[in-house]
Amino acid sequence: MKLSLKVWRQQNAQSKGKMVTYPIDGIDGDMSFLEMMDVLNEQLNDKGEEPVVFDHDCREGICGSCSLQINGQPHGPDRLVTTCQLHMRTFNDGDEIVIEPFRAKAFPVIKDLMVDRSAFDRIQQAGGYVSVNTSGNTIDANATPIDKADADEAFYSAACIGCGACVAACKNASAMLFTAAKVSQYALLPQGQVEASTRVLNMVEQMDKEGFGNCTNTGACEIECPKGISLENIARMNREYLAASAKG
Amino acid sequence: MSTLDSKIPEGPLADKWTNYKNKINLVNPANKRNIDIIVVGTGLAGGSAAATLAELGYNVKTFCYQDSPRRAHSIAAQGGINASKNYQGDGDSDYRLFYDTVKGGDYRSREANVYRLAEVSGSIIDQCVAQGVPFAREYGGLLDNRSFGGVLVSRTFYAKGQTGQQLLLGAYSAMNRQINRGKIQAFNRHEMLDVVKVDGKARGIIARNLITGEIERHSAHAVVLASGGYGNVFFLSTNAMGSNVTAGWRAHRRGAYFANPCYTQIHPTCIPVSGDHQSKLTLMSESLRNDGRIWVPKNMEDAVAIREGKKKPTDLSEEERDYYLERRYPAFGNLVPRDVASRAAKECCDAGFGVNKTGEAVYLDFASAITRYGKEQALIQGNHNPTDQEVYDLGRDVIETKYGNLFQMYEKIVDQNPYKTPMMIYPAVHYTMGGLWVDYNLQTTVEGLYATGECNFSDHGANRLGASALMQGLADGYFVLPYTIGDYLSHDIRTGKIPTDTPEFEAAEKEVTDRIDKLMNAAGTHSVDYYHKILGKIMWNKCGMSRNATDLASAIEEISALRKDFWANVRVPGTADGLNQELEKAGRVADFLELGELFAKDALDRNESAGGHYREESVELDGPQKGEALRDDENYKYVSAWEYKGEPKDAVLHKEDLVFENIKLVTRSYK
Repeated sequence: MKLSLKVWRQQNAQSKGKMVTYPIDGIDGDMSFLEMMDVLNEQLNDKGEEPVVFDHDCREGICGSCSLQINGQPHGPDRLVTTCQLHMRTFNDGDEIVIEPFRAKAFPVIKDLMVDRSAFDRIQQAGGYVSVNTSGNTIDANATPIDKADADEAFYSAACIGCGACVAACKNASAMLFTAAKVSQYALLPQGQVEASTRVLNMVEQMDKEGFGNCTNTGACEIECPKGISLENIARMNREYLAASAKG
Repeated sequence: MSTLDSKIPEGPLADKWTNYKNKINLVNPANKRNIDIIVVGTGLAGGSAAATLAELGYNVKTFCYQDSPRRAHSIAAQGGINASKNYQGDGDSDYRLFYDTVKGGDYRSREANVYRLAEVSGSIIDQCVAQGVPFAREYGGLLDNRSFGGVLVSRTFYAKGQTGQQLLLGAYSAMNRQINRGKIQAFNRHEMLDVVKVDGKARGIIARNLITGEIERHSAHAVVLASGGYGNVFFLSTNAMGSNVTAGWRAHRRGAYFANPCYTQIHPTCIPVSGDHQSKLTLMSESLRNDGRIWVPKNMEDAVAIREGKKKPTDLSEEERDYYLERRYPAFGNLVPRDVASRAAKECCDAGFGVNKTGEAVYLDFASAITRYGKEQALIQGNHNPTDQEVYDLGRDVIETKYGNLFQMYEKIVDQNPYKTPMMIYPAVHYTMGGLWVDYNLQTTVEGLYATGECNFSDHGANRLGASALMQGLADGYFVLPYTIGDYLSHDIRTGKIPTDTPEFEAAEKEVTDRIDKLMNAAGTHSVDYYHKILGKIMWNKCGMSRNATDLASAIEEISALRKDFWANVRVPGTADGLNQELEKAGRVADFLELGELFAKDALDRNESAGGHYREESVELDGPQKGEALRDDENYKYVSAWEYKGEPKDAVLHKEDLVFENIKLVTRSYK
């Protein structure tokens, strides 16, 4: 199929960016979106122009590197997939596709479609862990039975890949879903109880410091999340936060 | 001819590690604060090592090319992690895990290392649960297990089809705790481009800041490489796009021997190649072989009709299908080790029984598992006379709970519903058992330079069993390296900070910048990918699932010529003083072009079939094993450790003889 791509080009964080239109031909429905971008880059390369920069790595939907805003939607029109798992069969011959970086104050553009998501790392560093040394001298793994429903629920929260689609989807650029997923994982497990209060307070404080917006419960994050992380996580984090604040 | 000392401790196998730990030198906490360690790579091996070393009190610097340690490719591991917990009471033990691993590796790994791995495997599970890793559980609240290829017990712990992700996020969380304490400095979007040696010891690295393009000097008292495998030398593999051999290869050029480069794991269950545009291959977890049955049509006409789209797989009756693994290997059936399953698939397709348009695919069928589970569930629910639809619906739910994310991934890529029609699969390059040679301490032949995880060669022999990579990565990082590196560093407590304004750092930095200039100035006509794809084709056709002397000899020549062409005619657009993804790729492909040649040379030297390395010249001619791979213990019971001497084809071979004191070498039979 033949397509017209409108791609955001920006030399570096300091410079001003602009949309550039590239016609592209010979795209096969079995190609992933990033393989289509490879074709574009090979074309640019052949003309001696600089290829379009974008983040990608595993190309199987789990590393969370890829991060394109496609026709206004994080990871494009398909549901429950990352950009690398979005296939060109979702589009039609002659389509115009607008490709931008994830937009948020806390995600500054590095170059073209690549953004800096280190704010997410800093939120995790503020408390996204259980403070247990890695000596291996803990209790036996089966010493504490955990209700299967809780364990499964914790797993679903822990399945977040940290891609930032929730932030890009939110009109306030809020990172509540991302932060709540980690808070929830530990809140659901006995191992997370000891530090539950300090964890939620510290992570939320860091989230605010990074310049993410507030949550107004519109739910766009849940819809755009490639891993289907549920809004319930945000409700749970709010309860945890209230309880922790009340404790003082 | 060998000068390799594997430093295996004395004493009975089961006591070696304990005795060793009791005798090593320790570093007191005050002195640890004066010692710096560099860890390159932040996957399971690197992340766990960095966290543990920082907890112990060392100053750690980590380096990864990704934008966050959480994105290392360990994250993509699906199926699970082995541990000899024997929670199922099915006869598992440290010894049995050790035995299965050595046998699975076709008797080409080091006994003492593998036993230690089995011995610490249980602690990994305890540790991960304590960290809040949400493993799958049974209704009683205890941990669930499943079975993997090459073994007869259920010892694999898992978190759906995302075990690697959950374990990596566990290690990442442990790292984050130390970053927050200031004990780890994380250099993300940085790539290591050389090791710096001072007086023969590894004392630092040269790294490139991938955003600014700046070349940086970093010093340390020891350097740990945990940079993963080199499967991308094949261009198409299940590795991440950025996975590369550069850290390991640069170390090799500085004196670290490279061991068994030809041992590559071709994983049997991957989504087949669909066209020339393909940039990578996607694995379907081996755990699927617990419930999926592998088959091709029994009759050639059916295979042809299916390829032409005139018949569907579901049109074929049971009698018209060849469940070839169950037929050839009744004891292990669909759960034979990966190398055996891959070769069998290739043989079927080479014989013309392939089932997709390229002729390179076999079926992985869940229909009978859906029926079996459906009937079981109906009984549990008190429905003694269920309809076919009820059985299907109930069975489908069970399969969805177990493998839902994998089925979804398959459907997104192939655009077919695997609950209704069998999956199509074909082998793909997945893991490399070879890597930097290390002794029992995980130290390479360069003093102070360590290699852990997939980056080293030590534990998997010629073939890795499923769910053992995660085990090895975490064992090395959490429980082995922190002891062994301490013993080495105990001699460094008076050294003081290593300065970077020395001639050694200067020279290494100059070599790095000269090489970058050379790549930028080649100003040729072909892109980096152009060369990478040609290299991949040579590797796949001549160094792939089936190898012979003629092809290997020509591969060496072809790769050597391709490398010369690359340096003369590659084109890297843009500049080196900022973000330049083509330049990053160019440096990595340049190293693959050297490694590929050594790979072929190693495969040519090893005129036996062992694990993933199958030589057409070495096959059983008679007896019950007729047609199966033939190992040659008399002539090849050694580790090949290659010393760098300029051109890869001039590398010098050092042999480490493998001594088996606890396991009797027998033919590896899964029949």
